[in-house]
Formats: sequence, C-alpha cells, structure tokens
Amino acid sequence: MSTQPEPVNRRDFLGRAARVAAMTGAGALIGKLAGTLAPGGAVWQIDPAKCTRCGKCATDCVLEQSAVKCIHAYAICGYCELCTGYFGPEPNALTTAAENQLCPTAAIQRTFVEDPYYQYRIDEALCIGCAKCVSGCNQYGNGSLFLQIRHDRCVHCNVCAIARVCPSDAIVRVPAERPYLLKTAPTTS
Amino acid sequence: MNQHSKKDAERGLRRAVCVVIGSLLLTPTAWGEQRFPPPDFEGGYQLPATSTPPARAEWFQYLDGAVLLGALGLALWLVYRRRSRRGVAALSLFSLAYFGLYRKGCVCAIGSVQNVALALADPHYALPFSVLLFFLAPLLAALFAGRAFCAAVCPQGALQDWMLLKPVKVPGWLEAALGLIPPLFLGAGVISAATGGGFWICRYDPLVPFFRFSGSAWMLGLGVAFLLVGIFVGRPYCRFLCPYGALLRYASAAAQWKVKVTPAACTRCALCRETCPFGALREPREKPKSHTQARRRLAMMLCLVPVWTGLGAWAGSRLGAPAGWFGGWAGLVIGGKLAALAMGRPQTDFEPEPGACFACARCFEACPEERLRRGWKPEEEPKA
Repeated sequence: MSTQPEPVNRRDFLGRAARVAAMTGAGALIGKLAGTLAPGGAVWQIDPAKCTRCGKCATDCVLEQSAVKCIHAYAICGYCELCTGYFGPEPNALTTAAENQLCPTAAIQRTFVEDPYYQYRIDEALCIGCAKCVSGCNQYGNGSLFLQIRHDRCVHCNVCAIARVCPSDAIVRVPAERPYLLKTAPTTS
Repeated sequence: MNQHSKKDAERGLRRAVCVVIGSLLLTPTAWGEQRFPPPDFEGGYQLPATSTPPARAEWFQYLDGAVLLGALGLALWLVYRRRSRRGVAALSLFSLAYFGLYRKGCVCAIGSVQNVALALADPHYALPFSVLLFFLAPLLAALFAGRAFCAAVCPQGALQDWMLLKPVKVPGWLEAALGLIPPLFLGAGVISAATGGGFWICRYDPLVPFFRFSGSAWMLGLGVAFLLVGIFVGRPYCRFLCPYGALLRYASAAAQWKVKVTPAACTRCALCRETCPFGALREPREKPKSHTQARRRLAMMLCLVPVWTGLGAWAGSRLGAPAGWFGGWAGLVIGGKLAALAMGRPQTDFEPEPGACFACARCFEACPEERLRRGWKPEEEPKA
C-alpha cells in the first residue's frame, strides 16, 4: 500500500457513488422483503371445491401434456357397477369396450372387486386432465374423481398458464409443504 | 292396529320421499356428499392409496442458488483471471444444460424481476428465497465486474451464443434504437406484474419453449425466428429484448472491474473490434481540445430528462394510471439515452463498453498482445 492515495477522478467517483447507492438499494430491498420471504415457497394447486371441470387444464398448460391429472379418492368412491365417470351416457353394455368409455384415452382401468363392486384406477401416463370423467363422477356419482396438479410434472411457472384462463379461479398457490388439496370422505356418517 | 301400521308405513314412505328429494336438492351443492355409500367389502379388499408425488424438495432451491453462485464466481474467474473463451463457452454449455434443460428455464433471473415487483406491490405474495437470490446475485456481480452472468450463466444467452455462426455488424444507429426496447419491456413487465396484469416477461420469452420442448405455435415461431436471426446477429434477445439485460446494462455501467482486451499496451490494430459479434467495442477517442460545446449539449440533455419524463407520464396517464407509470418510465429511458449519447468518453485503447459487453471473452484471443503473452505461434490458432 502506498502512503499517497491516488487522486480520484470524476468518473471513478461517480461509479463509486452509483455502487454505494445500488448496494444501499439492494439492502433496502432485502430488508423490505425479508418479512415476505417464503423459505419453502409456494406451488400451484387446483381447489377441487372451485373446479368447474371446464377442460381448460388439458389444453392450456405450458407442457405438451398437461401437469394436471385426474386422481381418485378411493375412500369416497362408491365402486358403482355403472360408473358415470367411466361410462359414457347410455352405454351399450357395462363392459370395458372402448365405445362404452367416456375417457378419450382409455386412462381409467376398471377391475372387478366383488359383486357388485368395481374399482376404477387412473393410469396417469394416459390421463390428459380433460376432466370428462370428473364431470361425470360429480354429476351423478360421489365426486371421488377430481383434478390435481401433479408436482412431479409441474414446472412451477411464475404465473400458471392454466390459472390465467381458469374460469372459476380454482388454481391457487398453496404452501410447498402441503402441495395437494385432496378430497376426503365426509366425517359425518 | 292395522290402521296404525298403515299410517306408519305411509309416514315412512313420506319420510323416504322427503329424504330422496332433499338429497337430490342438496347433493349438487354439498361437496363431499356421497350419493352412493362406500361399500363394505367382504373379500378383504384394501383401499388403494391416492398417490401424491411431492413437489421439488426445499433443499433443491438452495442447490439452484448454490449452482448460480458457483457458476457466477467461476464465470468471473474465467473472464478476469484465465481470460479463457473456451472456459466461458464450456460453462455456458453447462448452464444451458442445468438452468435450461434440467430446470426448464425456471427459476431464472430474467423473470425474477416480476416476482420482486409483485412482492413489493402485494404483501400477501410470498417471494421464494431462491427468486430473490436470482434477482440480486447477477445484478450485484454486474455492479462490480460487468455482465459475466450473460455470457456464461444465463441459459437463454448460452443458447443464442451457441447459435451464432456468421456474425454481421449491426449499424450503430439501429443498435442504439433497438437498444431502447429492453428497458421499455422491463418497465412494461414490472408494471404489469405489480398491478396484477400477469407476468409478461415470462409469457413472451421466446426461448423458454425450447427448454420445455413445448409452447404455443406463436411463441415457438418467435423463438425459431430469434434463433435464425441469431445465426447472423449475435444474441438478438439479449441485446434487443431482454429486460433483465437492461438492468444489468445500467448496473455494469458503474462496474469497478471492466473487461480489458489487451494485457499490455494497445496497438490499436482493431482486431478485437472485428471479433466482437455484439458491437460492444469502442474505438479510442481523443480528448477534445475544447469541452465547451460538448458540455453545453450534455447539460441541455440532462435538463431535458425531467421534461421527457413528465411528457411521457402526462401522455400515458390519459390512458390510465399504469400507462402513466409506463409513459413516465419511457420518457426517462429516452431522455437518459439521449444524455448518454451526448456523453463523449475519451479513451486511449480499444475497450468494450461495459454496459454492452457480455464478457464472452472472444476478443482476448484476437488481441496480438494476448497471443504473445500466451506464446501462441500463428499456425496454432485455436478454431474457436
């Protein structure tokens, strides 16, 4: 270190002043935002109580195949033989034949459990989140099928592209620790 | 007795009809109401569990932050210490793979501006920690050492940098005019995010669809157009659209350490200027004999900045408050640009303009003095 300090020219002085000002600004910003910082962050999720099964989830996600899938709350399901989420209106027969199915991709697997009950399982690899089955199940059934954003697929856009077009504002931010809004069986028996 | 039981049966029937009608009325509105009671299985059937794949674990956020800080530090070291174009190019490839293809372009510094704006405007919005880090770290790095973030860490920049095959020069007037777009886009994006109008910067990012291999036809077309133009015009998105780049440009104008092309005395061979695909290198300029005229012009331009701002704000506010903010910002940008153009900076060497230089390190290897320093013979030229 030389004992004689170098003279500071105007440009250096202005630069230094700008740096000090910017650092102060950054400090103020951190101070202002410290209270709102969420360490875990928030993720997008569909509130099944608000969802109107409009079908936009299948078409408006930024992903080629939507991050939204139908999921099944088995505890609510009635295991009906004539499932209105599985069968289209007035099915020819209550069989797994393609013409009877409501799902456009045959993503629901219907298996016999015991007379007269059938289990319905969603194959998520095939499900496109179109909500046709959700609509059928909610209209005439127990409403055990519902849409959720699958977090192994969601890319966490700054603003969810589906939320922008959702007609009922059903897509909400939820804390990342509890990323699903699941339907549960009613507690009253 | 008989009549009694008949009455009972009738009452029972009426009650049943009541219950049926009531349930029919209630069920469409009552959520979770079960029309068909869940069966009691006799065959030992187990209810399958509903799978809930978890969101990305919290510590991944810190991993993203650590990768960002590491890459930023490495970029600065490669540019200022190693002066290595290959190192910067390799690091940019890594960033493209990690931030682009693996993280699918989110979280990114460009979009973080909007989250910060929204967090300032809406106290109920929870700002993720990593987003604040992605907003501040490249900005502070630029404040001290220029835009090395753009060259080596930003995936959008890396994608364009690797597309650049045959650079052509953009005329100075066009460069200056198109250079007005990024700050205007920044203002529009920030105002839109803060007023709840959506995140325009993310929505109209033409390069993110490539990271996700999906997107609307419009955005994919725009992205392809940017990449095709980028074959000839170096980094068109970074120079003429990127809103975060506008912030970095302002920050790096005050940078303490600047990219210096030559390790020795500049011979003014202008080879570096020919190498720079981004038109960032400025020619040496003599100190003018008399400052009077230039000073008068600069003073006038500086005085006009508030006039421009007020004019823009007035014109915009006729369309509503957000447009008024945008108009004011646009006026400030234009006034500031005119003042900057009036500022003549004398310099003795070929030096990059700090705000326009991405610190890509291409010019180092073009400098004959640098080649001498490395002991390269003419035939050993690297094909970079």
